Amino acid sequence: MKKLFLTLGSSLLVFVLLVLAGCGGSSSSTSSGGTTPTSTGSKLNIVFLPKAINNPYFDTAAKGAMQAATALNGSFKQVGPSTASASDQVTWINNLTAQHVSAIVVSANDPNALAPALKQAMSQGIKVVSYDSDVAPDARQLFINQANSEDIGRIEVQILGKQLNYTGQIAILSAASTATNQNAWIGFMKDELSKPQYKNMQLVKIVYGNDDDQTSFNDTLSLMQAYPNLKGIISPTTVGIAAAARAIESVNKGGKVALTGLGTPNQLRKYVEDGTVQQFALWDPGKLGELAYYAAAALIQGKITGQPGQTFSAGTLGTYKIGANAVVLLGPPTVFDKTNISQFNF
Amino acid sequence: MKHIWKFVSAWPWETLLVVLLLLTIVLGNALSPYFLTPFNFSLMVEDFVEKALMALPMTFIIIAGEIDLSVASVLGLASVLVGVTWHAGMPLWLVIGIALVVGVAAGLLNGALVTRLGLPSLVVTLGTLALFRGLAFVILGDQAVSDFPGAFTNFGIGDVPGTLIPWSFVLFVLLALLFMVTLHWSWIGRQIYATGLNKEAARFAGIGVRRLKLLLFILSGLIAALAGIIFTARISSARADNAIGFELDVITVVLLGGVNIFGGRGTLVGVILSLFVIGALRNALGLADVSGDVQNIVVGTLLVLSVLGPNIVQRIQVVLSRRRLAAESSKQA
Repeated sequence: MKKLFLTLGSSLLVFVLLVLAGCGGSSSSTSSGGTTPTSTGSKLNIVFLPKAINNPYFDTAAKGAMQAATALNGSFKQVGPSTASASDQVTWINNLTAQHVSAIVVSANDPNALAPALKQAMSQGIKVVSYDSDVAPDARQLFINQANSEDIGRIEVQILGKQLNYTGQIAILSAASTATNQNAWIGFMKDELSKPQYKNMQLVKIVYGNDDDQTSFNDTLSLMQAYPNLKGIISPTTVGIAAAARAIESVNKGGKVALTGLGTPNQLRKYVEDGTVQQFALWDPGKLGELAYYAAAALIQGKITGQPGQTFSAGTLGTYKIGANAVVLLGPPTVFDKTNISQFNF
Repeated sequence: MKHIWKFVSAWPWETLLVVLLLLTIVLGNALSPYFLTPFNFSLMVEDFVEKALMALPMTFIIIAGEIDLSVASVLGLASVLVGVTWHAGMPLWLVIGIALVVGVAAGLLNGALVTRLGLPSLVVTLGTLALFRGLAFVILGDQAVSDFPGAFTNFGIGDVPGTLIPWSFVLFVLLALLFMVTLHWSWIGRQIYATGLNKEAARFAGIGVRRLKLLLFILSGLIAALAGIIFTARISSARADNAIGFELDVITVVLLGGVNIFGGRGTLVGVILSLFVIGALRNALGLADVSGDVQNIVVGTLLVLSVLGPNIVQRIQVVLSRRRLAAESSKQA
């Protein structure tokens, strides 16, 4: 008998602990969103499922989405795995499907692993929008693409051209020589450079730092030694641009060799403030999240179905048109410099 | 009433688990109106079936006094091999066959290191946990293979026609029955218990302890590979990072199920009850948008409590019986 009571007592203890842990957890995870509860009647119960939570990039996107939620009087919440795992995302999709949310907005850790679960969600009437990183096209209604290759490639040459007064030798520090994204961007960079206003700018070398910090650092140093008259470097990779900034500073060439490319504000803040990097480009994840929310809302309200050619309004962002393969393009990349970098934290 | 007390005193831990399961269901229902729906049950089972499968051989291994920490890595390796061999154009039966054979080989390696070299299984399988996962990453890197045929992926996510019961759950029920008969109603089961209770005594009683343990590790590898095939079909994607960290849930399920970490004690009924407790708990917390980290805190706490609980109960019993003895002896004096 005593044993029995002890057992029952300990089971009660376990239960109390579980409830405490459960309540603590649920309040902390929903606090990221929760502008308005689902009871608004508008049924805009939109959930964002990023690659991983507690990531500054996706938190910035979530802020943008929350703005849209406030504007539309809808509800927003963000859930997701703690590490970027595809199978954890599948579990979350199933959870959200069981909850009958009105839309899932997802950045996929794997385009195909998520597809069966997302298709199941769609078969239950849930709208699916991908953002940042696409899923298989038949497993979503829309993809909100942050930027296209052409815009990214051209804008980097334009930034550098302006800084160098369209004269001098330049080089490119890329990621791996096989990297699909970077090679597409470099293609458009070369095309942009072939325009007449760049006739006094010569692309002398493309080096590949393999997205490795040390390799990129050394590559930048050798570039500056091999080409003493080098005026500018473009690094269309976040790893490369940070390493190049450090390398330029280490030989006191800050201001003498201009650097631009793709980077994140947090990574490059120091170099923008000390002048090593004047301007660099990237899309604004806040706007990406905001647009994704508006797109999901338009799907739920039946304003669009995801057919190419349809248009929808995205509040202050303007009106957007659905392109081929049900892709919506966010627009040209955002340029970051001394004047605006303090507004961004990712 | 008397029968109930008899059951409770004969099966205290199982009774506790039934209570826990009921509490979890009440909790789940309180947290989300969608918890007690057949559709959600189907999703819950789908999400948990690989862990459930791996818990079956894990029960045997822990009762026999060993542990296998490498199961999730064997799952990952099997998943990667399914991807690579399918991508190379091999027929489906060969793809599945190769994955299962590699699972057996992985179990054989674990078992051989433990039984032939006499190394502690905790260390051996911690090493192979890293080894098998590393292999998976070396083979496939951060790539994924996902062009599997519908017949394969349907087994992963499909239900028995006309119901919401996933095919993979049917497979689990069949295997669970097989494991239960083996453990509780066969000479193999008796050998497993004897080995876990006292290895030396078991050996003197004529049990091939080393061979038995070797077979259990092979069985664990085989089932982990099977779970890898199901996992790959379910998310229709072979990836090196598939099922990272699943060993936490598998081992928690077994220990919460009342299996003694030092071997010799435990039942599959308890483990199966515990499977539903942990599965339902994770599902309920997920429906309440509790993040995976916090879910892990809950499961980790349960793991510690499930080892601590019986221990404390036992100590209190010892203290109480000592007092009783002391009281009786003082009376006599």
